[in-house]
Amino acid sequence: VSGTAATAPEQPRALRSTASAVRRRRLGRAMTYSFLLAIAVVYIFPFVIAVVTSFKTEPDATANPLALSPSPATTSAYHDLASQDFGTWVKNSVIVTLSVTFLRVFLDSLAGYALARLRFRGRGAAFTTIILVMAVPGVVLLIPKFLMIRQLGIYDSYYGMIIPLLVDAAGVFIMKNFFESIPVSVEESARIDGASIFRIYWSIVLPMARPALVTIFILSFQGSWNELAHFIISAQSASLNTLTKGVAQLASGQLGSGNRYPLKLAASTLMTIPVAVLFFIFQRRIMNASAGAVKE
Amino acid sequence: MQRRAAQERSSETVMENRPVKRLVRRFREPGIRGHQAAAGWLFLLPVIVILGLFLVLPILLAAWVSFSDWSGNGSPLGPNVHSVGLSNYRHLLTTPGLDQSNFGTSIRNNLYFVVLVVPIQTALSVFLAVLVNRRLRFVGFFRTAFYFPSVTSSVAITVLFLFLFDPTGAINKLLSYAGVTGPAWFYDPRGLFHVILGQLGVTQAPSSLASGTFLGVSYWDWLSGPSIAMCVFIIMVVFTTSGTFMLLFLAALQNIDESVNEAAALDGATEWRKFRYITVPMIRPTIFTVVTLGIIGTWQIFDQIYTGTQGSPSNTTLTPAFLSFTTSFNSNEWGVGAALAFILFGIIVFFTVVTRLATRGQDHVPRRRRFGPPGGSKPGRRSRLASAVSGVLR
Repeated sequence: VSGTAATAPEQPRALRSTASAVRRRRLGRAMTYSFLLAIAVVYIFPFVIAVVTSFKTEPDATANPLALSPSPATTSAYHDLASQDFGTWVKNSVIVTLSVTFLRVFLDSLAGYALARLRFRGRGAAFTTIILVMAVPGVVLLIPKFLMIRQLGIYDSYYGMIIPLLVDAAGVFIMKNFFESIPVSVEESARIDGASIFRIYWSIVLPMARPALVTIFILSFQGSWNELAHFIISAQSASLNTLTKGVAQLASGQLGSGNRYPLKLAASTLMTIPVAVLFFIFQRRIMNASAGAVKE
Repeated sequence: MQRRAAQERSSETVMENRPVKRLVRRFREPGIRGHQAAAGWLFLLPVIVILGLFLVLPILLAAWVSFSDWSGNGSPLGPNVHSVGLSNYRHLLTTPGLDQSNFGTSIRNNLYFVVLVVPIQTALSVFLAVLVNRRLRFVGFFRTAFYFPSVTSSVAITVLFLFLFDPTGAINKLLSYAGVTGPAWFYDPRGLFHVILGQLGVTQAPSSLASGTFLGVSYWDWLSGPSIAMCVFIIMVVFTTSGTFMLLFLAALQNIDESVNEAAALDGATEWRKFRYITVPMIRPTIFTVVTLGIIGTWQIFDQIYTGTQGSPSNTTLTPAFLSFTTSFNSNEWGVGAALAFILFGIIVFFTVVTRLATRGQDHVPRRRRFGPPGGSKPGRRSRLASAVSGVLR
């Protein structure tokens, strides 16, 4: 930017035009900022309202939906949640999410390693199959998955809720790409020293693959924590409701009768906290990494 | 669903952050190969078993159900279940009745949803990406703000929007300050185009449009536009996905060599001309990727409908994915529900293929405009995941 000013010839007219260009740029910058700020408000304000409303009474929430200070402020929505099945929903979401996340990280890295480094007949075919799977739209599979889960006798159980979610073609793909990008020489010397294939994978390759594992972790955690459709078709008992399913039923069941917005918004605020925390921990990684990703 | 696909896509690019060097990856010592074959299959076994059990076999089972009269009792493979040929498909496509008109309505609703969401979210995310690609202070804050909705679950967002767009909610309160009486949003079944036509004095269907029907829905109703209730879902989905796609575009934008823009600026190019003749051609592959992902995602909208309206008011937020679910699980017409799922699959494949055909030959950065350092550009700079997916879909 400063190059423009430096190369400007020393005639008065040109100087004047440079000065006006600077002024224009400053004005433009101010406009950009106010514009960005306005959009940011649109993106953030709904979440602020959600949090604030969860501390309101129901009449207050209905009468003053925009007010940013609850009057009176109350935590009764949270108490109501605690007295409901909310604890069960949290428990189920935690169980399912942690199982799915850790198993996916393990299985994806195993499969990715095999596809990237091990040489065996049928490897290409296996890889093609996994890629094809990514092209099948998830919603189309709801009924098929339900049929299979029932056929296998794992309907309405944690098994039915967890195992089908372990299919993660994209994760396998990410791991394979990553393993192909790291040097093979370390593994070779370990092999010459007589280490077994699993040992090479476990103690040499996995520690090097940390960035990719973190990526799978983030994706899987977020994906299974926010998953709804699969839990609808894989279980029916109220005791197996996850947060998404419980809150969705809370939201749709009450449509029409008393609105209970503070309660619902308290629930949706609480269920957002884990993914929000995860996001802020890995923020730099999520934002910058993918933004700068294509620079090679 | 859409968001998940996009997020997978976006963080896949994380991997390419490090210098990607393709190195010799095959061990050629003969003695080791036997070990490797066994270990390779062993490593792949869990993934393959799960894929087979919960993907391949279910599809086959559902295909059978879509040709059968199974009513939900017992196993679909039991002796009392019979093949009914294409009857379930005919029920949806050619036999007049409730199934057919519901199906037609759901297609209309989703079609308007796709046609509006995909261009808006693509344009908005390009716009946001261009804004936050500048060298500004606090730019990290703005990126975070725009991306945050993408992190939250569709259930939480839907609950929030149910509150915001309540007839007495925040949005209508805001509108009332401007002297506008807002509609009942989620409770308003009127089609947007019908409302506009009504403003122009057209309240009755012209007889030519009222009589004819397609898929059990009159031509006049096909032209209704999205209902006001559906418009809220459109706003909501654009709100949640624009951040994800913004990151994809940001990655593409940062790949443009800054000296090109500077050269153009020296030549006196305006911001708009720089955007039109430098930025757009350079990010064209990403635009196509985002449009494709958008189409695949928007045809699958389910969570928001389930949480928000369950298809009401007057079926105007009914979508094929949700209809397929209720037809099977609530009405026990499993054959029809499964058939609907396969038709939806067909629709998604069709739209994806059409998009690919329409953009064939343009989905790479044009060679002459490739300003990057020589050798630094791989064929098509988009991520390998995207090219693999599109390769499959092509």
